[in-house]
Formats: sequence, C-alpha cells, structure tokens
Amino acid sequence: MALRELSSLEKYLELKKPNKYSTQGDKKVPVLQNNNGAPLVGLVTIARHLVKEAKRTELLGDSAESRAVVHQWLEYRVTRLNGCTKDDIKTILKELNLYLQDKSYLAENQLTLADILMYYGIQPLIVDLAVQEKEQYVNVTRWFDHMQHYPGVRRHLPPVVVLRNRIYTGRHH
Amino acid sequence: MKLFVSEGNPHCLKVLAALEVTGAPCDVQYVNHDETVVPFLSRPTLPALLLPSGLHLFSPNAICQYLFEVKGQESSDLCSQWLEWEATDLQPALLQALHMAVLQGKASNLPKFLQGPLNYLDQGLSKRDTTYLTGEAVSLADVVLWAALYPVLSEPSLALGKQTTPHVSKVQFPSHDIKQMLPFRVMCSECVLAVCYMNVVAFRSPQILFLGLIEIHLCVCSLSLPQEGKRNILLTSALPYVNNVPHLGNIIGCVLSADVFSRYGRLRGWNLLFVCGTDEYGTATENKAREEGLTPQQICDKYHAVHACIYEWFQIDFDFFGRTTTEKQTEIAQNIFWRLHKHGFLVEDTVEQLRCESCQRFLADRFVEGTCPHCSYPEARGDQCDKCGRLINAVELREPQCKVCRQTPVVRSSKHLFLDLPKLEPQLEQWLDRSTSTGDWTANAKQITRSWLRDGLKPRCITRDLKWGTPVPHPDFKEKVFYVWFDAPIGYLSITANYTDQWEKWWKNPSQVELYNFMAKDNVPFHSVVFPCSLLGAQDNYTLVSHLVATEYLNYEDTKFSKSRGVGVFGDMAKDTGIPSDVWRFYLLYVRPEGQDSAFSWADMATKNNSELLNNLGNFINRAGMFVTKFFEGCVPPMELQQEDKKLLALVSWELQQYIQLMDKVKIRDALKHILNISRHGNQYIQVNEPWKKIKGGDAERQRAGTVTGVSVNIACLLSGMLLPYMPTVSQTIRDQLNAPQSCHNAMFEGTGTFVCTLRAGHRIGTVSPLFQKLEVDQIEALKKRFGGQQVFDVYDVAMVNAVDPEKAKQLTQAVTEQGEKVRALKAQKAEKAVVTAEVAKLLDLKKQLAAAEGKNTEPAPQKNKKK
Repeated sequence: MALRELSSLEKYLELKKPNKYSTQGDKKVPVLQNNNGAPLVGLVTIARHLVKEAKRTELLGDSAESRAVVHQWLEYRVTRLNGCTKDDIKTILKELNLYLQDKSYLAENQLTLADILMYYGIQPLIVDLAVQEKEQYVNVTRWFDHMQHYPGVRRHLPPVVVLRNRIYTGRHH
Repeated sequence: MKLFVSEGNPHCLKVLAALEVTGAPCDVQYVNHDETVVPFLSRPTLPALLLPSGLHLFSPNAICQYLFEVKGQESSDLCSQWLEWEATDLQPALLQALHMAVLQGKASNLPKFLQGPLNYLDQGLSKRDTTYLTGEAVSLADVVLWAALYPVLSEPSLALGKQTTPHVSKVQFPSHDIKQMLPFRVMCSECVLAVCYMNVVAFRSPQILFLGLIEIHLCVCSLSLPQEGKRNILLTSALPYVNNVPHLGNIIGCVLSADVFSRYGRLRGWNLLFVCGTDEYGTATENKAREEGLTPQQICDKYHAVHACIYEWFQIDFDFFGRTTTEKQTEIAQNIFWRLHKHGFLVEDTVEQLRCESCQRFLADRFVEGTCPHCSYPEARGDQCDKCGRLINAVELREPQCKVCRQTPVVRSSKHLFLDLPKLEPQLEQWLDRSTSTGDWTANAKQITRSWLRDGLKPRCITRDLKWGTPVPHPDFKEKVFYVWFDAPIGYLSITANYTDQWEKWWKNPSQVELYNFMAKDNVPFHSVVFPCSLLGAQDNYTLVSHLVATEYLNYEDTKFSKSRGVGVFGDMAKDTGIPSDVWRFYLLYVRPEGQDSAFSWADMATKNNSELLNNLGNFINRAGMFVTKFFEGCVPPMELQQEDKKLLALVSWELQQYIQLMDKVKIRDALKHILNISRHGNQYIQVNEPWKKIKGGDAERQRAGTVTGVSVNIACLLSGMLLPYMPTVSQTIRDQLNAPQSCHNAMFEGTGTFVCTLRAGHRIGTVSPLFQKLEVDQIEALKKRFGGQQVFDVYDVAMVNAVDPEKAKQLTQAVTEQGEKVRALKAQKAEKAVVTAEVAKLLDLKKQLAAAEGKNTEPAPQKNKKK
C-alpha cells in the first residue's frame, strides 16, 4: 500500500529513475535503500526525501510555520489514519471537516505533501462512505474532490464520485 | 506565539525541553488538562502551540520541530526518521506498557513491551557511534526521544535494562537542570506513569479521563509497600510446578481463590500485595528437559510462559508473577541456610538412597515406585502413598522400581543435611497456638497440622544429589542443591524481592503485615510446619503465615484431578471452549471445594450458567437497565420509598453484610450465594410491582414505576461491585452499561457494608445489553465428549498406563462385578447412606484400576488436539 503511494508520488514529482523499496516488520513499513548512506525507513521520511530530491521543497512548506503544519498533518496521517478503527474514522472525519471549514489545503494556500499523502490515505475511507455521510463531512468531501482532480495527483487511485447528482433533488416527479 | 501545557503531561515535557534547549522566545501558559485549546480537535489535546498566524499546532513533535527551526536548526532526513518512528512505533508500545503498569499494576511487565523499541533505538545508536542520535550535538530527535522515554527510564524499579541497552542509557539529558523544571516534580514516579498513561489515552478514549489524578495517586502508590495505619495484606498463592500445565483443580485451589480475595481486599480498601510464580527447580524439570532435548532453563522459560498465559486468560491479577530460578532466590535461600546453620538447627547424617545403575543417577523420590510399606498399595510413590496419604522414605518401599527404566535400584549412601524439626518444635507450637487462634485458618489446615504434630516431627533432609537447584553454599556439600520443599516456599520471598527491593518491609514485618497463604490441602504441612520452622530457626523476624486458606479437592465429573497423573481439563483448554473466562470463574467458584470435596461437571456448569447467571442475575440487571432506557429516556427516575421498598432495601443490606462477613473469613463460595440472593429478591420485586404496566397508568402509578425502576437499577449497581472479585469483566460491563463512576463502590464496602444510592435521580445510564448467553445442551454435550468424562494423561503416565496387564484385568473384572452386586444389594436393603457411599467409592476405585489394567484412556491428551 505504502509502496504504491510512494511510486505515485515519484510520478507526480516526475522523478526520472524510480527507486527500489522494500518493507520491514509486521506493519510493512517502507524502506528506501539509499546509495549514499544508511537506508531510510518510514513513509513520511521517504516521501520528504523524494520531495527534496525532486527539488520541490515548496511542497514541504514555504516558511518555518507551514513546515511545522505540514509535519503535523503528515504525522496525523501515519499515526491516526493507518490502522484506524471504525470509531476512529468518525473522529478523524469530524476533525478534518472542522479544520477544513475555511481552508482549501491542509497547510498554506497551496498544495503540499500533507495534502497528497492525506489524500492517498483517506481515499479508502471515503470510498466506503454513504451519500449522507459524504454530505455530513462536506468540507472533507470538497477538499477530497479537489485533490483527486488536482493535475497529476490521483495516479493509482480510481476516482470517487463524491457529490450527489443534484438534478432530481427535492422534487418528486 | 503561545504555548499551552498542563501539569504532569509527558508530552508537555517534550515541548518544554525543546524550549529550554533552543531558548526560543515563547509564552508558556499552564491550563487544566481537560481544557480545549485546539478548536477543531474532538478531544482536549495538550500541549498546543498558537502560531503567529493564528493556526494551532497540536502535535508535540511538530511543535518541537518548529521551535528548533525558529532558532535556525533544520531537521535532517535521519532526524525526521526518528521522529516518525517515535510517533508510529514507540508511542503505541509505551501506551501498552503503561496500560499494564498503571491500570493493571504490573510495572514489572513494562520491559516486555518496551524491549523491542529499546533494542531498535540502541542499535540505531550503536551503528552510528556518535554521542547523540544524529551527530555530535543535541538535535530535535534527542529531545523528542529522551522526553518520550523519560517517564519509564527514570523509574528505577522498572530496571529497563542498563545492561541490555547500553547506548540508550548513555544518552545524556538535553540539560541537567531539566529535572528541576519537570512538570511532574511533585509526584512519585508511579504517578508519573499514571499521568503519562492518562494523557496518552486521553487522546483516544476519553472515559479514562475521569480517573482523577488523586485517585490514581492513591491507588497506584498504595500498591507496593506496607503502610502505617492500614490493613497490610501479603497474599500468596501456592507456586505451581512449572512443567505441568495447571488443571482446573489447581486453578480453583490456589490462584483463582487468591485472586478473588485480592480483588475483594482492594475493594475493601486494604493495602495488598499479591505474588505468585512458577516453582522451577527439581528433578521433574531435569527429566522433562532430557525428554524434550532442551536445557532445564529452556524448559522453565517455555512453561513459565504457558502458565503466565493461562492465568492471564483467567484474569488472575497478580501484582507480580515471578519464578524461583533467580539470583534473589539463591541469595535469600542461602542466607536462610547459613542462619539455620549458625543457630544449630541443621544436623548432618548419612542417608541410604536409591540409585539406578542403568540410568546412572540417584533417584528422586517421585521417580521411584513400589509397594507402600504401610498399606501395601502397589503404586505408591517414593515420597508419598496416594492411597493412605502417608509420607514414605523411598528406601522403605517394597519392590522399588525406577520409574524411567523399570530396573530395580540399589541402595547407596550419601551425606546430607537435615533441618532439626524436633528442636524447633516448642517454638513452632507456641507460634501455631497463637496464629491458629487469631487468624482465619480453614478447618482442614488446622486438622492436618495437628495430625502432623501428633505423629511427632522428625529431622527433614534439605539437600539432594541433583544439579538443577539452588546450590548448597556449605563447602562440604558443594555438589548438592537444596531439596525443593525447603527451596520452593522461599520463592515467595525471592519473587517479592524481584518485585521490589524493599521486600523486607513485607517479609520482615510481622507486626504490620498479615500473610495469607492460599493452597490446596496437600500443601498444608509445608506451609504450616516445615516452612515456618525454616523461618523461625533463621531468627530474622520473618513474617509468618497468619491465615492459612486450604481448599479440599475438586473432582472432574466422577473421577479425580491429579497433578501427577494428569487427569482432567487443563487451563489452556478452557479458552478453546468458547465459554467466557468470567463464566469459568463463576462456575469454579460456585463449586469451590470449600470445607468438602466437590466436583466439576459439564452438565452442572450449563445448568448454573442458564439458571443463575442468565435467568437470575443477568435477567435482573438487564431488566433494571432496560426499564430506565425504555420508560425514562435513559435517566434514573426520582424515587419515593414506600414500606415495601424499604423492606427490600433492608433485605439487600442484610445480604451485603453477610457477603462481607463471609468474604472477610475467605468463605468465597458461600459469599457468592448472597449475590445471587440479591438478584433473586430483585426479580421478585420487579415481578410483583410490574413497572411495565404501571408506566402506562396515572401519575401515581407512573411515579411508582419510577421508584421501582430506580431502586432496581441501584441494586444492579451494587451487584456490579459485589461481582467484581468473581467476574471482573462482567462487573466492568455492568458499570459501563450503567455509566456508574469507577469509585461508586467505595462507600458500600467500608466497615460492615452499607447499601447506598449511588445512581441518583437524573443520572444518565449507558447502553444496556444482555450480559450472558445460554449454554445449549448440544453445545455442552459436544464439549463433554471432546474434553472428557474420560481421563487425560500427560506424557509421563502414558508409558505407565500402556503396560496392559490382562491377568490383573481379569481379576479386577471379577472384583468389579462382585462389588457392584454388593452395592445394589445394600441399596435395595436401604442401608445407611454412609455405608453405601463407602462401598460405592470402593467400586469406583476398582473400576478405575480395571480401566488402567486394560490400558484404556490412553487417547492422546487433548492439549495436543486443541488446534484441530
């Protein structure tokens, strides 16, 4: 799973030669064999490294402040979203929904790595939502739809229809 | 920029440390730990940093990263990797470890959860060979990891291996002053753990939050040592022998009974320490090791884990479950030995001993069999005859045989040390008079002890010619080890010593500490005579047993559980039945052999589950809760007590007082009946008052329905407390369903017991659902078939039983027929019950011998089949 995310990210970053990954432990934590140094372990660590390699550091945030915010949501992604239970899902969606109320992106006013990895991680949750639930978490849904239509981001994931077709709403013919 | 932190929160330690190290300019504000600072998070989360832009950071690691970056230190890939590992691997492990330490009081189990992450960290440090995690200077990663580990590494009693993780323990504190500014400087280290745990879980499960700080402080800190002015109880359960898988009889006989009493004692507010462990030295282990091609230590490790696992499933809540093969054991046993030696209570003698020339070794008592010199029972063991119960000296056996190779052993002599029991007898008797008259000794314990004294004490050998044991420190006996009966009870002391360095406050403190020993009756003499003699002779102010609680035997269906013969249902199979641990506990305690032998029966277990748990107890509690939910929108209605209600409350109070009186005297089975009486009264009360009809009536009737419902649901709350020692999970479930506060029982179990209203009018209860499930006849029949009715033999005995003896079988068949006719005749004549019972017992015994002679019952032991 994490490996597909990394390969999608590589494509988004337009990295020329794809890296070789392996995994370690029960939780299949991704490992990147690094030519010049020790291997890198962990989804966030490797993703940050790829962004730097592609010289797209604006994806990690433009200022100290936004770098910290990006870090925070990346951590949220791997600690809260990975292996979450049913009850956790509700909490997560509620929190994100509230947070995204007045925002288009997780950090700053532009796309960051936090948005990309959060999108990859939350996609399986959104797929399972009923129409009513998607409406309940309308800010998450809006952000999610934005992400999947953002040029070059979606990659390995199938598109999810997130908004109800409005043609027939409210009227019974 | 403003940093919000709360007292005693270890995540706040991280950010405060980062602030100290970086010197970043920032206001710090202390707020309550349940204050909401970050608006979009569902739960109060601290620390939190309000950024100049108005955004909040709520991740401690992100805050630390920000503080470092403000001061111009950007984080490297390696640093980011440590931070990610800390968040995804270390924190969950800490959470689990702290859960054990705080909620279950098992600080000693911390290493189990933390060893993995600590090793990983240690490897990381050793690979790079730098002073700090990412180089020669303190980095973000050092601060974060140090602060995360501080609560556990700063706790000396946890002994989180300085030896095993040398590099971790060398990591320096970011600042030596930091301890001074720690937010939890006012609390003891256990409380740091508790608070730490609370904050970690607060993020995930808010219900933990209501465990107030003070409550945790009191309950965690009162665990470990005796306290002035409190009732201090040291509780031991007989140490199970390591290489047997314990069967239901063992479980009810010691660990389960002791667990019920321990939970009850805590409910009563006593200061209590409950220790147990596996008894690991001796020939049986050596032999098992030889069989399985392992070292004795490996055998012990393997089976110790099996034991621990079984007791965990049965929810046996030891403060510490240790083992006898430790350095402390050697130290304490040798100290007691030298003191006995110094005071002249050891005598030397040459012993005639059986040696098997074909096996090339001296035979331990249990590896010799022969004919009993007292009653001529042909299968007497070398130490004791199963038939007449007398102790035997192995060389006295007639026609002895080596149990392993069936050769006849020869008699050899060897020099040994003896504990001079006759010399200690006057002291012993004086102490026994006092202890048995003031303490709660069970009748069988007193009687067995008396009969031992009446028969006269003889010197007892304390050394053996073995290797797997505690070495005898005396130079003249250096090839020998202590005999297990001398060594094993010292395990109680050494296990406590492994739990706390201040073990002597428990074990050398007879004026403040009351010692309870739980065991089955076969263990009584060692605890009432032999071990007290060792301790009295050592003259070191040891705490001797005040209350000796011995059960009789639990039989299995119509036959016998036996440790050495391996007959019965074993602990590890219980969980494969799909019957919940609480129901097993309930039934075993319901038939606890208290005062007389009793029997486990599958059919009876199903009956008791269906009639008592399901129809009586569960039904009452469920109805009480359902009425509140259905008729009063989940809120306890106001109550106006009438004569009838007061009568019920009086009845319930009386049952509660009986329960407390009996439990104080460790009458565990009898006390259980009073719980069931209360729910019976409750069911009747509901049945007579019919709140489901009254709720549809006029105002007065509706009011009446409210009172009945309110009273019932309060009784249900009381029941959850009374059930706690017996069925801890069910008790917790009831409290959850009623949304009753954790401390709701405290007042009710003080003194002689008072039933008070804890769920007042307006209290909102939780979601009510059924507590028990019916055990169906076919399900129970299938279990009965699967597990027995037939006997189960362990590996040792299969060889022995396989020795089919057709000649003997023929004689026995004849004997069984004759005995059967005799019984039928007696019954027909309506003879005295005692006479009939005696003859039936003979008949059963004969049938058993016949089965053995025919080589029946040699099906593979079910513990091997369980994975089918």
